[in-house]
Order: sequence, then C-alpha cells, then structure tokens
Amino acid sequence: MPPAAGGGLAGSELRARRGRCGPPATGAASRDVAAKAAAPSPQRSAVSSQRLEAAGRWALLALVTLLSFATRFHRLEEPRHICWDETHFGKMGSYYINRTFFFDVHPPLGKMLIGLAGYLSGYDGTFLFQKPGDKYEHHSYMGMRGFCAFLGSWLIPFAYLTVLDLSKSLPAALLTAALLTFDTGCLTLSQYILLDPILMFFIMAAMLSMVKYNSCADRPFSAPWWFWLSLTGISLAGALGVKFVGLFIILQVGLNTISDLWHLLGDLSLSLVTVGKHLTARILCLIVLPLALYTATFAVHFMVLSKSGPGDGFFSSAFQSRLSGNNLHNASIPEHLAYGSVITVKNLRMAIGYLHSHRHLYPEGIGARQQQVTTYLHKDYNNLWIIKKHNTNSDPLDPSFPVEFVRHGDIIRLEHKETSRNLHSHYHEAPLTRKHYQVTGYGINGTGDSNDFWRIEVVNRKFGNRIKVLRSRIRFIHLVTGCVLGSSGKVLPKWGWEQLEVTCTPYLKETLNSIWNVEDHINPKLPNISLDVLQPSFPEILLESHMVMIRGNNGLKPKDNEFTSKPWHWPINYQGLRFSGINDTDFRVYLLGNPVVWWLNLLSIALYLLSGSILAIAMQRGAQLPAEVKGLSQVLLRGGGQVLLGWMLHYFPFFLMGRILYFHHYFPAMLFSSMLTGILWDTLLRLCAWAVASPRLARGIHVVGVLSLLLGTAYSFYLFHPLAYGMVGPLAQDPESPMAGLRWLESWDF
Amino acid sequence: MLGFLKRPVVMTTDINLNVVVLTGVGLLSRLWRLTYPRAVVFDEVYYGQYISFYMKRVFFLDDSGPPFGHMLLALGGYLGGFDGNFLWNRIGAEYSSNVPVWSLRLLPALAGALSVPMAYQIVSELHFSHCAAMGAALLMLIENALITQSRLMLLESVLIFFNLLAVLSFLKFSNSQKHSPFCLSWWFWLTLTGVACSCAVGIKYMGMFTYLLVLGVAAIHAWHLIGDQTLSNVGALQKQMGQGNLCMGVCVFCHLLARAVALLVIPAVLYVLFFYVHLILLYRSGPHDQIMSSAFQASLEGGLARVTQGQPLEVAFGSQVTLRSVSGKPLPCWLHSHQSTYPMIYENGRGSSHQQQVTCYPFKDVNNWWIVKDPGRHQLVVNSPLRPVRHGDIVQLVHGMTTRFLNTHDVAAPLTPHSQEVSCYIDYNISMPAQNLWRVEIVNRESDTDVWKTILSEVRFVHVNTSAVLKLSGAHLPDWGFRQLEVVGEKLPRSYHGSTAWNVEEHRYGKSQEQKERELELHSPTQVDISRNLSFMARFSELQWKMLTLRSDDSEHKYSSTPLEWVTLDTNIAYWLHPRTSAQIHLLGNVVIWASGSLATAAYALLFLWYLLRRRRHVCDLPEDAWQRWVLAGAVCAGGWAVNYLPFFLMEKTLFLYHYLPALTFQILLLPVVLQHINDHLCRSQLQRNLLSALVVAWCSSACLVSNALRPLTYGDKELSADELKALRWKDSWDILIRKN
Repeated sequence: MPPAAGGGLAGSELRARRGRCGPPATGAASRDVAAKAAAPSPQRSAVSSQRLEAAGRWALLALVTLLSFATRFHRLEEPRHICWDETHFGKMGSYYINRTFFFDVHPPLGKMLIGLAGYLSGYDGTFLFQKPGDKYEHHSYMGMRGFCAFLGSWLIPFAYLTVLDLSKSLPAALLTAALLTFDTGCLTLSQYILLDPILMFFIMAAMLSMVKYNSCADRPFSAPWWFWLSLTGISLAGALGVKFVGLFIILQVGLNTISDLWHLLGDLSLSLVTVGKHLTARILCLIVLPLALYTATFAVHFMVLSKSGPGDGFFSSAFQSRLSGNNLHNASIPEHLAYGSVITVKNLRMAIGYLHSHRHLYPEGIGARQQQVTTYLHKDYNNLWIIKKHNTNSDPLDPSFPVEFVRHGDIIRLEHKETSRNLHSHYHEAPLTRKHYQVTGYGINGTGDSNDFWRIEVVNRKFGNRIKVLRSRIRFIHLVTGCVLGSSGKVLPKWGWEQLEVTCTPYLKETLNSIWNVEDHINPKLPNISLDVLQPSFPEILLESHMVMIRGNNGLKPKDNEFTSKPWHWPINYQGLRFSGINDTDFRVYLLGNPVVWWLNLLSIALYLLSGSILAIAMQRGAQLPAEVKGLSQVLLRGGGQVLLGWMLHYFPFFLMGRILYFHHYFPAMLFSSMLTGILWDTLLRLCAWAVASPRLARGIHVVGVLSLLLGTAYSFYLFHPLAYGMVGPLAQDPESPMAGLRWLESWDF
Repeated sequence: MLGFLKRPVVMTTDINLNVVVLTGVGLLSRLWRLTYPRAVVFDEVYYGQYISFYMKRVFFLDDSGPPFGHMLLALGGYLGGFDGNFLWNRIGAEYSSNVPVWSLRLLPALAGALSVPMAYQIVSELHFSHCAAMGAALLMLIENALITQSRLMLLESVLIFFNLLAVLSFLKFSNSQKHSPFCLSWWFWLTLTGVACSCAVGIKYMGMFTYLLVLGVAAIHAWHLIGDQTLSNVGALQKQMGQGNLCMGVCVFCHLLARAVALLVIPAVLYVLFFYVHLILLYRSGPHDQIMSSAFQASLEGGLARVTQGQPLEVAFGSQVTLRSVSGKPLPCWLHSHQSTYPMIYENGRGSSHQQQVTCYPFKDVNNWWIVKDPGRHQLVVNSPLRPVRHGDIVQLVHGMTTRFLNTHDVAAPLTPHSQEVSCYIDYNISMPAQNLWRVEIVNRESDTDVWKTILSEVRFVHVNTSAVLKLSGAHLPDWGFRQLEVVGEKLPRSYHGSTAWNVEEHRYGKSQEQKERELELHSPTQVDISRNLSFMARFSELQWKMLTLRSDDSEHKYSSTPLEWVTLDTNIAYWLHPRTSAQIHLLGNVVIWASGSLATAAYALLFLWYLLRRRRHVCDLPEDAWQRWVLAGAVCAGGWAVNYLPFFLMEKTLFLYHYLPALTFQILLLPVVLQHINDHLCRSQLQRNLLSALVVAWCSSACLVSNALRPLTYGDKELSADELKALRWKDSWDILIRKN
C-alpha cells in the first residue's frame, strides 16, 4: 500500500494549496491551472470567479444530497409488511420501547437508535414483528424506516466529499456519487429497518472525517483539526457500536494514524515533545473517546433494558439478578446446598444453558434408548433436579430428618423432578461427540443403578466443605467411568428439539464446558438469604455480554446442506437476497446490486491494480514523469490506495470467518469500491487526455468519458429500479414481466 | 578454450570440519537404536496405513496434506522391501517381521540429522559469527522434541528439513547476488530454493507459511532491484562492463524473470508433479473411492471400473440407468424407490400423497435402476436406430422393478415441507393426475445439443408441470422410510448446486420387453464395450478440491492443545508406553530452550522497535551493515517463527504440540543471533562481555543438563521407577504415565 497519510497533499501538484482547510477543495481540472498560469486575470475578476466556483460547488453538493434523499425516500412506505430482517431489528426496537431484556449478537447502538426513532415517531412497541410478510396494519413503522433511510441517504454526500478531498476532482466525486445513488443494492438496503444503513453511515462518516483531518495536517492543533479528529473517534465508536464489522474501519483509521505518526516522527523539524503531543491527541481522540462512547452505549443499553425478557437464559445467574421480573431479581434463596433441595444447574460457559431432561427417549441407534438429557437456554420446569443421597431413597424433606448439607466430594444422585429419572451415564458413545459418553435419564421413581452416582466437586477446593448456591463452581464426576458431566455446545438434530448435547467427557481437562453452578434452589427447611450481594459491577456485565456476543456470533454456523453465500460470490453480484415476496402475485423486493455498477467496480479494481503497479514500478525505476502525470499518479497511488485499503479491509476478512455469511455483508466494501472506481476513471481519462496533444480534444475526451459513465449508470438504474422499489407481476422468465430480459445471470431469482 | 592443457588441473576442496562433525553428531543422535521401539508409536499408526496403501497401490485420500510426504515415507518402505501387509490399527502394536522399521524410519531421521549442520550454515550465511552458528547447531542437536519427532515415521522433521533448506538456499542465493549474479552457483541456489519450497508445501500445507516468507523477502529484494538505477531496463549488456563482473550487465527484466520462474513456476510444476506420481502409483480402487465422483472411480482399476468399463456412452430412450447424486452430501447415494408408500399421516400431523416412496439409497441395489422412457412411445427398450437423449429433451423415468413413473406434485415433502414430495405414481383413481414429465438439463454441457453421457454428464431433472428440480435434501427419513435419504422437488432452485445434479453411473441399453425378463436383465451385470479415461488434470483438480473441502469432523483428542500452551510448553504428548515396563516416549521439549527462545523473540522485537524508532529520528545506534544483518536475521528467524506460529490461532482444527516444532526451529536460529548482537553492540566493556560469556556458558550447560535429564523420555530406552517419573513431572500439566501397582 502506498503511504496513506497526506491524501490531501495529493493534489498539490495540480493546484496551489490553499492556506485553509475544511470546505471542499476546488475541482481542479488541469486546464484551469494552465489557463490561470498563462494569463493571470485581474484581482477582482479572480475573486468573483472564485466565489462563483464555490457557489457552484455548494450547489453540486446540494444536488447530490437532494437526489440521494429523493431516491431513498421514494416509495419508502412500500411494502406495508415486514421485509426480511426487519423482523429481528424491528422486534429489538420494540424491546427497547418495552424495556425487556433480549440478546443479540451485535452491540446495542444500532437497535437502540432504531428503538429511539420508533419511540419519537409514536410507535408504541406493540407490534410483534413475528415473521417476514406480516402486515403492519395501523402500527407506525415509517419512523423507523425513515430514520434508516435518512442515515442511508447521507452515504452519498459523504462518499462525494471523501472522493473530492482525495482526488481534488469534481468529476471523480460526481461519478462516485452517481454510482452509489444509482446502485439498487445500496438503495434497497437503506430503505428498511436494518442495521446496515446505520453501520455504513458511521463507517463513511469515519472515513470522511479521517480524510478531512489528513488534509488539515498542515495546521495541526487548529480548531478544524481537532474537530475532524474527534469526529473520527465518535464515528468509530458508532460503527463499532452497531456491528463488530466496525472493527475494520477502526483498523483502517489505525493504520492511517500509524503511518501519519511515522511521518511526523521522521520530520526532524518537529521536536519529540511535539510528536508526543500528536501522539497524545490521537490516543485521546481515537482510542479513549471512542472507548468511552462505546462503553456509554452499553451503559444506556443496560439501563434501558431493566425488565426480564427472552434473553435472560443466555447470561449468567449473577447477571440475571439485576433484571426485574426474573426469579433471581431481589430473590432470596437458601445459601448452602442440602440433600433434598430442588435445584437448576447452569453451565458456566456462556449461552449453553440449564441441565434439562424431558419425556423423550434417544432415538433408536443412538446409544441406549433412554430418556434424553440436554441443555436448554430457557427457563422451564424440566430444568429442575432434586439432589439426593446415592444410597437412600427416603424423602429427605421429611421433617423428622435433620438437614444435611452437601459437601465437596460427596457422592450424590440427581433426580429429574418431573420424570423421576436419575442422571445417568454409561459406556455408550454420545450422539454427536463420538469420543464422549452418552448421558441419559434412567431408573423408575428414583431407583436406578450404580451408573447414577456422581461425585460433586467444587473446582479448586481440596477438602470437604459446603457448596454455595450461585457462587461455587462445581463439576460432576461419574463414579463408574470417571468422566465429567459437560455440554459439548453442539445442537442436537430434530429428535432432540435442537437443544444442546450433554455428554460425559473422559478428558479431565478443566474447561468451562464441564463446570456448572447451581442457580435456583428451593429447600423449605433452610433459611433464605438475599441475593443482592451478587449484583455484578458494570465492568463485569460489559465483559460478560461481550463474551456472550462473541460466542453467539461463532455459533451462527451454516447447517449442513444449507445453501450459503460465499464471499467470492459478492463482488461479481452472483446472487441477491429476497427481501419480500416469492410468487408472481406478491410484491417482490430483491436485494441485488446494479450489475452495471458492480461489474464496473470489479473491472476498476483490476484496472487499478494494473495501472497502479505500472506507475509504482515506473517511479521506482526512476522514470522522469512530467509534472502533470506525476500529480495524477500521486492521486491514484495515495488517494486510490487509501480507498483500496478500505475495500480490502472490509472484504478479505470475511474469507476467514467461519460464521454464516450473507450477501449484504459486502456493502461496506462496495462503498469503498465505488469510490475507487470514481477516482480511477477520472484519473485514467485525464491521463488519456494528457496523452492527446491538442488541449481541446483532451478536454473533449475527459468530458465525454465522464458523461457517458454517468449516463450509463443512470440508464442501468432506470432498467433495474423495480428490484428496489418493488415489482408485482410475472417473474423475470416471463416475457411480460417488467424485468424481462434483465435476468442476466441464472442465479438471480426475481 | 584449451586452457586446461596449458595449466595443470587443480582441484581444491574446502571442507568445513565443523559441518562434518555436526553432521556426524546429528546422525548419531537421530539414528541411534532407530528400530527401538519395535512397535507402532503414536501417529505412525496414521501414516503407516498410507504407506501400506502405496505398497499395495491402492487409491486413498488424505485431507491432511499433499501426497509428497506420504510418498517419501513410502519410499523408505519400498527400499526396505515392505509388502504393505500390516494392520495399522493400534498404537503400541508390535511390528511383525515383514515391516522394515529401520528403513521406514530412516528418511525422517536423516532429515532430522541434517537439520543440525543446516542450522549452522544458516546462521553463518546470515553473517553471524562461527560461534553463534555453532550455538544454533548445538541447540538443534539437543532439543528433545526435535529428536523424538525425527526418530519416528512422522513428517514434521522432513518438513523442517525442507523449510531450513529453502531458507538456506535463499540466503546463499542472495549472498551470491552481490558479486556474481547469473553464474552457476547463483542459478543452483535459486532453483534449489524453489524446489525446497515446493517440497515443503508438498509435505504439509503448513510448508506454505515458510514459502510465503521466502517469497516475501524475495519480493522486497526484487523491489530494491527495480529501484537499482545501475541496471539497464531491457538491453542485454551494458557498456562499462568490466572483466570481473560478466554477469552484471543483465537487465532488470532478466532478474525478475529468473526469480519468477524459479520461485513461482518451478514450485507449481513440482507440486502438480507430486500428484502426478501419486496418481500413477495408486491405480487400484480402495476404501476411499466413494468420496470421489463416478468418473474418477471409473478411472481406477477394480471397483466401479469393473462394473462400468465398456458401458455404452450415450444415454438413449430405453436406457437402463442408475442415477448418483453429484454432491454426495451427506452420503454418496443413488436415486432409489421401493414398494413401500409414504405414510398417510406423518408424525406431525401433515398428510402425504400415500404414493410410492422415492429416496436416495447409499448402497448398490437393484431398486436403484431406472429406465429412461420417451413420453411419446410405450416401449421400455431401445429402438434401432438409437435415439440419444439430448439437453432439453423431455423424458419419463420409470422405476425398473415396479414400473412406476417418477412423479412430483404440489404436496409437501415429508421432512422439508417447503419443497414438493417426489414419488412413484400410483393411480388411486382420485383427482390427482400423474405429473411425470421431466426435462433433462445437462449442467456441464458444451453446447445446447449435447448428448447425455454416462458418468460424464451432470444432469438436472426439471419437472415440466411445476418447474421443480429433483433434489437430494440430505435429511434422513424416519423408520417408515428405512432411514434412507429424502429426495424432494425443489420449487425455487437456487442456481446450480450439487444436490440438484445427478449423473448416470451404471448404464445399459434395455432389450427386454416383458417385465419378468426385464427384472432378470436388471439383476445381471452391465455390458462391456467402450472404456473411458479421465485426463490427469481433471483427476488432479478433483482430488485437490476434495482434499481441501473434505471436512473430517474435528474430534477432540486427549493430547490436543491450544497454541498458547505451546510457547510455555504446558503440554506434552505421550507417544508410546512399553507394554510391560515403565519405559515411555514423550514429545516433550527442552524447557530451557523453549523459555529462552521465547525470551529471545521478545528481546528481538523490543530491540528492533527501539532501533527503528531511533533511526527514524536519525539516531543510528548500529552501523549500516550491522543494521542490515540484524534486519535480515530478524526477517528470516523471527519472521519464520511468526508465520509458522500465529496462523494457528485462526485455525479451527484439532491442534497438537508438534505443530509448533517448525516455529521452534526458527526460534532456535534466532537465539544465538540475539546473543551475539547483545555481545557485539550492547555490552560496552570487556567486563560486561565476559559476564555475558559466562552466562551463556552456564545457560548452555543447563540446556544440556535438561536435555540429558529428559533423555529417557525422548528415546524411551530406560525404565524409570515411579519416583523418578514423578521427579520428571516438572509441570502439573505434563501427562507422564505412571503405572499403578
């Protein structure tokens, strides 16, 4: 990658730099420079022409913004039913309005903003968002959609300004804006209640402010410099707060900052103290500030969601005690475990759940045909177990017996309360993890055999002592086989109701999978103590929710035989996503990039790599380039390089991800790719024009080239706009369909 | 030209006795009592089965790595006259007398022994002192984990050997670049770099990391070369060429081209060559056939080839065929039907059409036969002249044994309710007409008039009425479906996917008019007339693709570990235990070397960063040439450690301690480099230097002591009492086997 810093300097050869920074720089067509250099016009007319130019630039920006808003808000209310992932994010917005706790794999900011938008626009959180296709009826959903579309609309002016700053060329910026405005994919993705428009808004805002502060590099510590630097930090916090994909833009800003600091360090005219100041400023604005904001969003998240809800089971017992409505909230339970107590046992690994059993047997061919034992994330009567002595079956709750506490190292039996079967294991292989032993429910009314005996041990404890509810980390060791009760975290097939597998592992290594804690504890013979002491501190909550999110993300694995989208599909626009509707009578929306735009982008990346390496090699060989070409190649290598880096950072990591991937993950990368296209074609056309001797012809080539690209994308948008704005009627293979003849790839299904 | 007549022929040889001695000691340490233990040790059980396959020329597929490593081991077996008859089923099993243990273990041991002098040479080539080089070699020599690993039939030591060879020859090459490019030794070392790299990749995919490192360093050198203005662009020779540097005048382009050929083309060609030899050697069908496509299987001797050899190529109306699912997921299977019908009501209360079941069956069966029928005619035999089926033709598929038609209709499939049920049509005389027309679409056609070919064509069956596509859903039917796999009509075919494609595996032209005769015909084996061969490239690409995509379920292993445990040596692997006594072999490193290696890496990183930042402020602590040496040594050694270690954090497969060994060798190379640097540049006074030397001597002897203490566990030659074993258990996490009783 060419040195990223000083993108703003890129155009300095084209046009004398102005002594200020901030407002969009001039559209420096080289002919202007030539004209001005040749015949310096009188002072006054120069001033007025400059004013005119500035006004023109503002007008263009306004036009771009207007067009962007117009396309995004056009037919925003259609379709009047839930589309695709609106069912998730709309629902989560409702959760915020209802203040019920839920769990999601993404950080909370995006959903919080959706919830806020809904709240402000008068949505009351009563719509259920059950499944795609449900009608909204009287519920007000336009606030949430409008908010997403509003943020989505800003992408285009942001991209326009970024490219303008990087290339100092109006046509390049216009081209980028046109590519994005006329891309059906970006349009579709911005029109619904999704996290993506919010994420992309923050990503582009971070990129823009980074480029802006780079171009303020000649006036460090000035007000605009501080402004853009801190704005970068704020946007980074926003991007990370919406999805973890925000890490990629953080990486990009980080790399840019490192190279920036590297240059400052090499500048011997700056004292080390100044360099230190620079460093501190960046640490403050790009690390401390975003972290503080990010943490703040979580603080708000936990504050707002104070009621128990569907996400409780994903979190540890201590965490749950802060949710009102949860049975651990303000609860008081007996402190020490005693024989006869009714308990629930929770796995310590996040998002595994409670030890569970139910009246269903393992199917034929899978170990012994005995009752299934699983782990289950939700609270349920079938999670209750009674702890009993291994050798007697008398009812320990009989008031004539004294209370006897369970101690570390005791041999016990766990009886399932609903079915009266004992937790049991034997030398049969477990259903999914072949090297472990199967765990079943066995026996009738608590009478089983010696395979029902387990030794209860507190982790890191050497000798006999009482076992504390919630606090003690315990292991169950099977007496006969010597294996340890654990959950593999694998999802059982349909016969096991897609709950998680429980096994007995012969490997005694201490992992969280085989450590449990007692959560509910009912024993009328023991005094209750209050659990308020358990309430975890904020850093603990923060850490835990991150662990749960990361695990959730890793858990999103494609199932066997499921058709999944592969990263290499994306840039070639191989296949879209159905947002709404399938049949010819439905209102259909199909998320697919405008193929003209996407394939142009793809071609541009190849062309960029080619032309970039030719220029880089020529410069390394020390070729004497004319000043103009040198300037253009600087734009190409520095500005283009920065955008290319953005594309790579937002695309290649997906190849390494094991989780399930979707087409829409490519869109942040697509933004960068479109910016690259704008810069590349403008520069290439200029180079072509420069190669032609006559200035008039040169100007003609440039204008015609840019115009044809602009019109071409606009026309392709006219062809493909029904994908985004919705289509009714026959499918594309039918000649009467509005999309007839446009199904260029067989893999597009609209 | 006749100079040799005028001058006497003189040959001077330079023998570095150090290298000779190191080689000797290396051989001694690796080859000593090589045949002990005469039993299967740890992963020998895994590699051994492949050696047997090679000996018997039976095809196999191993997704753990390319075949070169397996072939090298098999070469040992071949030289020792191994016949492949040994049952590799249990670690610890005694070898029978026909297993040439010595020659099987010889190659890895030689590779391990030669790594010792190579470490010496690498450090010398990095322009560090002779003393440092000896230190590196000594550490390689006494590192217990390396000794254990190279004395057995395992591939890590060979991989390390080629890694080191690649680095060494690259260094030799770049050193000769300065004074005599394009001379013989320059070419030799350049080519050897490429060859060693591809050998390393050919043994394990892990070799790719070192290859990438070498490529990276070479790319940086090439970039400097491009910037070298003294070289001409294209012109062959420069004017001011002196006598001594004949090669100097060659253009930049030639330099780049030579590197590209040697470092990119040669490795790629060699890599394919390994597969070529592999496939030439293994021509018999074997236990892994099922994973491969029908076409591949047919190219092997025996197995499917015996059945399909000489089948008619073109499928015609009236052909009798078996249809195999192309994707073969979750199991390879054939389209199947049988007398049983779908149950009226499923367990979940949904209803079915109650027609004859159509499934996918993973075993050969007479019920897998189908007849391709022309909808316009009544016969189920081929006409003369033959009418081949082409892309786009409409056919009916008749189940051979029951003469029912393959049918689908708008009834939900048993397990995937959003797809259509596929059945063999039974006319219940209710208002549900047969919908049994299917359009044949050849997926891998070259033109739209292609003929449907046996084995080669991948075909989709598109239902004419509903445009559903015949698909293997992959779900297992419950008991009523005999646990066979479900076949459905996919209403919304998502482009191309292997589960919707089928190919004809067995094929004959039907001749019998009557059902009874036909049943007999179906039971008889197919005819023989033409043979087909798959090109090598097709077989290579299929094999490579299968190797990369095959996912063996990652199983937990008792001795699996995580990358973090490797650095601190918190884990070991028990390789073997004597059946009666307590003699045992462990993969266990030399604690002193591991700890100091990690320390050296950290020290290098910190020092490098410090120098780098100071140089940026134009404070040069090191003279330019020392700095260059320091950077190159870091790039090769610290870089080698990083590329061979860090990627494991991203891997999801089961990892073992031995995966760390290649990274460890690079750390061992770095150790003396850092020590010498401290001695040369950081020690200001003679006193400090003496102090350092004393420390180094103490450290070295402690490494030797540790090595000696762990020797019984490395060679497994000595019985130890329980107390001695307990005394050796220096870390709680080490799993040293102590017999009770």
